[in-house]
Amino acid sequence: MVVHGDSSAPLHSRAMSSAATTSPSVDKVDGFSRKSVRKAKQKRSQSSSQFRSQGKPIELTPLPLLKDVPAPEQPELFLKKLQQCCTVFDFMDTLSDLKMKEYKRSTLNELVDYVTVSRGYLTEQAYPEVVKMVSHNIFRTLPPSDSNEFDPEEDEPTLEASWPHLQLVYEFFIRFLESQEFQPSIAKKYIDQKFVLQLLELFDSEDPRERDYLKTVLHRIYGKFLGLRAFIRKQINNIFLRFVYETEHFNGVAELLEILGSIINGFALPLKAEHKQFLVKVLIPLHTVRSLSLFHAQLAYCIVQFLEKDPTLTEPVIRGLLKFWPKTCSQKEVMFLGELEEILDVIEPTQFVKIQEPLFKQISRCVSSPHFQVAERALYYWNNEYIMSLIEENSSVILPIMFANLYRISKEHWNPAIVALVYNVLKAFMEMNSTLFDELTASYKSDRQREKKKEKEREELWKKLEDLELKRGLRSDGIIPT
Amino acid sequence: MAGADGDDSLYPIAVLIDELRNEDVQLRLNSIKKLSTIALALGVERTRTELLPFLTDTIYDEDEVLLALAEQLGNFTMLVGGPEYVHCLLPPLESLATVEETVVRDKAVESLRKISQEHSPVDLEVHFEPLVKRLASGDWFTSRTSACGLFSVCYPRVSSTVKAEIRQHFRTLCSDDTPMVRRAAASKLGEFAKVLELDYVKSDIISLFTALASDEQDSVRLLAVEACVSIATLLPQEDLETLVMPTLRQAAEDKSWRVRYMVADKFSELQKAVGPEITKNDLVPAFQNLLKDCEAEVRAAAANKVKEFCENLPEDNREQIIMTHILPCVKELVSDTNQHVKSALASVIMGLSTILGKENTIEHLLPLFLAQLKDECPEVRLNIISNLDCVNEVIGIRQLSQSLLPAIVELAEDAKWRVRLAIIEYMPLLAGQLGVEFFDEKLNTLCMAWLIDHVYAIREAATCNLMKLVEKFGAEWAQNTIVPKVLGMANDPNYLHRMTTLFCINALSEVCGQEITTKQMLPVVVKMASDQVANVRFNVAKSLQKIGPVLDNNALQTQVKPVLEQLKADSDMDVKYFAQEALTVLALA
Repeated sequence: MVVHGDSSAPLHSRAMSSAATTSPSVDKVDGFSRKSVRKAKQKRSQSSSQFRSQGKPIELTPLPLLKDVPAPEQPELFLKKLQQCCTVFDFMDTLSDLKMKEYKRSTLNELVDYVTVSRGYLTEQAYPEVVKMVSHNIFRTLPPSDSNEFDPEEDEPTLEASWPHLQLVYEFFIRFLESQEFQPSIAKKYIDQKFVLQLLELFDSEDPRERDYLKTVLHRIYGKFLGLRAFIRKQINNIFLRFVYETEHFNGVAELLEILGSIINGFALPLKAEHKQFLVKVLIPLHTVRSLSLFHAQLAYCIVQFLEKDPTLTEPVIRGLLKFWPKTCSQKEVMFLGELEEILDVIEPTQFVKIQEPLFKQISRCVSSPHFQVAERALYYWNNEYIMSLIEENSSVILPIMFANLYRISKEHWNPAIVALVYNVLKAFMEMNSTLFDELTASYKSDRQREKKKEKEREELWKKLEDLELKRGLRSDGIIPT
Repeated sequence: MAGADGDDSLYPIAVLIDELRNEDVQLRLNSIKKLSTIALALGVERTRTELLPFLTDTIYDEDEVLLALAEQLGNFTMLVGGPEYVHCLLPPLESLATVEETVVRDKAVESLRKISQEHSPVDLEVHFEPLVKRLASGDWFTSRTSACGLFSVCYPRVSSTVKAEIRQHFRTLCSDDTPMVRRAAASKLGEFAKVLELDYVKSDIISLFTALASDEQDSVRLLAVEACVSIATLLPQEDLETLVMPTLRQAAEDKSWRVRYMVADKFSELQKAVGPEITKNDLVPAFQNLLKDCEAEVRAAAANKVKEFCENLPEDNREQIIMTHILPCVKELVSDTNQHVKSALASVIMGLSTILGKENTIEHLLPLFLAQLKDECPEVRLNIISNLDCVNEVIGIRQLSQSLLPAIVELAEDAKWRVRLAIIEYMPLLAGQLGVEFFDEKLNTLCMAWLIDHVYAIREAATCNLMKLVEKFGAEWAQNTIVPKVLGMANDPNYLHRMTTLFCINALSEVCGQEITTKQMLPVVVKMASDQVANVRFNVAKSLQKIGPVLDNNALQTQVKPVLEQLKADSDMDVKYFAQEALTVLALA
């Protein structure tokens, strides 16, 4: 279920109505102009709902600086400061609690410095307090997405209003995780599955700055808590599966893939069945999502990582891509072709042989695409030396697949640049295997005629079948479901 | 069917299967869509023994093909030999119910649900229920998700031992470790509860409901809210308080706005399900909170329900509840910061007047209507105007007319053409309620101005509007007020405006009747036949075709025919075409 609204609208319509009162007839703009033109370029910010409407002003009693008290008292004061920082402020109200907001900001700053440089501060009691402070600040229900169809390429992201505090909390948490004194064996009591689950939900944040911090945090947790690794992978799986098959909406896919890229890199060989399943059932289907362009680079990286680990996965991967090959979206088709080239760059010749037929049937379709960017991208394969060498080795298989389409578009394609590229490809083929090339040229016409004849036979078959259906339909009324 | 077996040899299965295997997806898809034809050609026997095994074995294809297959198989019962054999459709559908793509899986489940009804009780236990069990304990989440949709169709028709198993499986899926399966289970919880015996609803369903409603994922929790409606309907009133209300209260205050949104969205259903007493004690305060929620999404969903909620309050103290609890919140929403909230409210607020009666409406609601009529957001104003009829019944529209007019005028000139279009559509309604005098005085000019709007959709709607006005006010009114103005535009230097005259004539001739059409409109059309713009000329031909049936034979022969003959000899191809068409249709050729 997706619920959307547009809370930036009051701003927008106020601007509109003032324009209307000054010059009602000049400003007749229709609703068709591009979003980017229509929308006032205003940085929007948003904060989680739960902190709003607290009403009462917040009072925190200022504490002395850590460096001003004797070392033995510092751990105690550190805890007190952590507790103070659990207080959360309403940043949508820019006028409330200004002093206290500033106080918390400087305290957080102090805490960041403190965990970076101090030694011996991390007592066992500090762990739950740190996790509590972090949880209180970062875990929140993300507000509804601002625009109906948030298009990350076109729309400005909604920025988190409480960032001045939030950033420091993240900063503090990362320093804490990276601190030399940090002991996962103690922390794992507090940084548990529930914590990770909430952390993963935050990856849906619209604020790219927050997602960037989250990426580092999750990466550190994955690195330090061996017991959580399988759980983290499984939950990421769930997020992706929901994204692909249910909502098509999740802001942090690219960040999660980036983490996975380095996780995959560290997989031990031979790969576990779980990891292979992840590749085939999660990563490949991710290609079907409409917003692929936002995370395609990271996704392709993950795929190639897998293939470098285990080349026998090439066939299922390429078959998967062919299954999900875009039919109507040319931009996506270009992305697929790019990814396929990355895969071909690392493919082993024995694997290549296994998938060359279905693969080149698709490439042949791309080459003859009326969209010149698709055709061009596919034809660029012939500039890749490694791919060329693979084609040359297998020219007896590939040439017959490619020939008909190449021959046809060399005469028919509307775009002269494509025609020129096709001539080069044909020339390359001629040089590779001139005998076969001549044979194919000679039989081109008769092949086309044979195809036409077959087509006609198909039509006749179906016609006969339909007659039969009609006849029986009449005879035994209602047998054919409508 | 036996008589047809003779044809079968003509269509060896290999040829047909070749079609289903064709390299071109589109051709494969076409063949699958005609799977029933293939089955018919094969006959029931070979469909069962050859076609279905082939289909079961080759389920690795593009999702589009699989979707078509899943749909086809749901209608295949007769083609495999009737209910007696329907179970042989299960294997291919079982495979389809496990694929990744949601639409395919859902279609397979839909088909399975459909054919489950065609199974005999014995077959259901022997063939169908084991399939459900296999799916429910599948390795990958997709099969378990599909299983969730199949429990309720077989439960009522199986023995009590099997019933116990089914309940156990459902319970397991409700606590599945993937949220996808828990979501599927939560979404079927209500449906499943409906087929269960009441004792099991109390013992099983309630605990599952409570667990799902406090799931760690809000996407699961919000689905439990939906189930709440069905469950509450099933339980006797005295059990609701202990079994359902704690969970519902918690949902209304959930930390996730999505869950609160769902509560707001289902509020009327919930209200009906829990009955008047609980509504008074629990739902009224909950509704107030939702109307004041910090997320605009939730407020808007709640605002949408204001009228329905008030309508369904117990009559004995309905007015008092509305006046003391609901109205104060409504007043605040009128000046909400979010336009969606305001426009949601504007679309239902007028409905309160029938509930509260004349005096309360004048004293309490009228100021709110007036405020919304002046709202900065056009949608809010539009929603008020589009619901004027509710108020009209209670206090008459005159109370509003002073504020109404500026609002209408402003909307009529709004920069967004969709807003202008929307207000045009309410013109006939407004004209009916405000009366002809008010209309002539204040609104007529607007209606004429729309005829020369720079957006075609507006001009088109404006002509249609004129027709509806004439239907309301009569031909005489038309002759005096609008026909002269419309015909005057025939001499406009802008050819688009000249064409608008023709479009208006098309729309008005029938409602104005033969006399006005023949005496006033026809001469103008005839004159325009020599317009220098070809588009005008071929529209003359079209207009003549359109108004022909209104004219008498004399006019047709002496005036229409010569003009069309002349246009038929036009140098422009389109003009010729439409002239010829008009001559044919009017039988003048």
